[in-house]
Amino acid sequence: MKTTRNILSLALFLILVLLPAFSAGTKEAAQGTVTLKLEQFSGSEATLSGEALRGMIAEFEKQNPTIKVELQTIGYDDYFTQLQSKVVGGNAADVFELNYENFVAYASEGALADVTGKLGDTSGFNKTALDAFNYQGVQYGVPNSFSNVVLFYNKALFDQANLAYPTSDWTWKDVEVASKKIMSLEKNIWGFYRPLSFHEFYKGAAQNGGSLMNAERTAFTVNLPQNIEAASLMAGWQNDSKIMPTDADMAGMGDWDLFKSGRLGMLVTGIWAFGDFTANCPFDWDIAIEPGNVQKATHFFSNSYVVSETSKHPAEAAKLAVFLAGSKEATKLRVEASWELPPVTYPEIIDSYLSITPPENREAVFASLDYLVTPPVSIQQAEMQAIIQSYLGQIVSGKMSAKAALDACQKELEAKISL
Amino acid sequence: MSIQGRRGIRVALPYLLPSLLGALLFAILPIIISLLLSVTNWSGMSRVRLTDGFLKFVAEHFVGLENSKAILSDGEFWRALSHNLYFIILYLPLMLALSMTAALIINAPNRGANVYRVVYYLPVLTSWVAGSLIWKWLLSPVYGPINNALAIIGIEGPLWLQSEVWAMPSIVLASIWKDMGFYAMILLGGLKSINTEYYEAARIDGASKPQMFARITLPLLSSVLFYVSMLSMINAFQLFPQVMVMTKEGNAGPNGATMVMVERIYKYAFRYGKMGYAAAYSWILFVIIMAFTYIQKRGERRWVNYDV
Repeated sequence: MKTTRNILSLALFLILVLLPAFSAGTKEAAQGTVTLKLEQFSGSEATLSGEALRGMIAEFEKQNPTIKVELQTIGYDDYFTQLQSKVVGGNAADVFELNYENFVAYASEGALADVTGKLGDTSGFNKTALDAFNYQGVQYGVPNSFSNVVLFYNKALFDQANLAYPTSDWTWKDVEVASKKIMSLEKNIWGFYRPLSFHEFYKGAAQNGGSLMNAERTAFTVNLPQNIEAASLMAGWQNDSKIMPTDADMAGMGDWDLFKSGRLGMLVTGIWAFGDFTANCPFDWDIAIEPGNVQKATHFFSNSYVVSETSKHPAEAAKLAVFLAGSKEATKLRVEASWELPPVTYPEIIDSYLSITPPENREAVFASLDYLVTPPVSIQQAEMQAIIQSYLGQIVSGKMSAKAALDACQKELEAKISL
Repeated sequence: MSIQGRRGIRVALPYLLPSLLGALLFAILPIIISLLLSVTNWSGMSRVRLTDGFLKFVAEHFVGLENSKAILSDGEFWRALSHNLYFIILYLPLMLALSMTAALIINAPNRGANVYRVVYYLPVLTSWVAGSLIWKWLLSPVYGPINNALAIIGIEGPLWLQSEVWAMPSIVLASIWKDMGFYAMILLGGLKSINTEYYEAARIDGASKPQMFARITLPLLSSVLFYVSMLSMINAFQLFPQVMVMTKEGNAGPNGATMVMVERIYKYAFRYGKMGYAAAYSWILFVIIMAFTYIQKRGERRWVNYDV
């Protein structure tokens, strides 16, 4: 009797606990409306870009009354961990954002739906950006933005030091000379900031005529003499000429904060700093194409929308992706929010982008596109970056010479990373 | 089995079922799955269903012991292991000494005992993420109170978490703050169970306080001390959240100074797309912990005294 009661109460308990787990699918498909889940890391809630994103979604829903969009924004640091669990569990959002570096890994694992032919007219897209999300001949995504990196400089410090502003002809040598003059103004002012990180290094190598992979991307070439020279020159900004603050000098301060505090002459960083610097720099600043050493090379960063392979509504999902990424309505909102560069070639959109100041020299953003280098990409992207980064750290700390470190790096990459 | 025992099980089972089910679903099953995954090259990024032919999936991705071989022949593994051992060498003696002191303070007949108890135990209840953030602020080189306090007495404080030399000691500091109260409570339990007659007898014989501590308290507490040291060593091998929150995640600390075993497992599983490799890594960690526990258990006879 007692046992029966126990079993009954247990059964009831289990029903109460487990029932909600099975009921998730029931609210779907009321009266022919389709609900799409959209997940992304760019355009966080509280910023101007978040507002723009919500505006884009509202516009899409207005034009497509049968489609509803559920947006979830997740911070960049946690985004990829969450995404992985969702993809593996088959719960990925219908449309989600991927950056260029992670795109290949997901495309090669079959997690993305082929969107070829589902995108409508793509002639308005910038071709380089669109092709970046083509893997082995199949279009798996649409670029939603791209951005690059330029040289930011503090005009006030240049004026004080009686220096001419940086031009597109500048090289590393000019940066060094100007930095030293700026640093002679006052103690605790620094000339330049550009750390020897993975991203800066592959670009620095290209600026010195080298590269980390061969042109076919079938082999690593990390220890080319040009790369070794680039690494040792770049580490020298901290260790020899000392125009760049070390971690100890920075003592926990970020590079953007240092620039905004007016104590940094030049900073190499992304155009996504425009909004912050416009709001928070109490001095005049401008930009120039980033100086190279023997040649110019600039960054290319791009994010894209992809459609999950498990999406139940791939056609609608592709429609949403292409609308948010490249429609005139959406790109206009993107430009107004200074939210990176829209991946489109519509003249009126580009003109309105150029008309916003500061920076005065906004053309430098487009001029930089002529020197784009794409990062080395592998299916084991994160691991490859971590390996390269760890050896760059050895060079900066002076524990290894640039040659020894890059030789060892080449060996480890060959052993661990398949291309 | 006796009839009573069998009936006992029948009565107990319904009550145990929810937690047994939980253990089966969330502990035992994953353990079995991770063992199977450890012999595969699964990336952790493609879909896998437990329902349609998990074993077939394992067979398709089967690489045998390749993962374990690759891990053990990689210098990185030994570096991570050495960092774990370095952590234990710093952490264990300091933690034992401090939690012992804390337990003695709480156990002493004074009025504030309950206040101390709360103060020592509060960090245990704090989440590691919150605790790590507090320590990150405390140890901040310029704005942090620790370096500001050091500056007052004329010492230029180190960069703590940003310094290759000080990153691990900083982690040790935070870990002791967090764990001390927990182990102090266990030791306190041991102290309370010591019969006070021993101390009375010793006092009559004219023993001093240090003598009593060395001759009575320590031997009678040895079994609890053994338990505490074993438990804390096992936990120390699984060092993870404080490292992830306090030191730069991307580089495993300044120049890899806080690269530790579980941090590697996490990176391989969730960042580098090598789930099979990560599963093998965790089984190697399991073997290492088991070996150390066995060694400790062997040493037990030498110094642990169970004749209370």
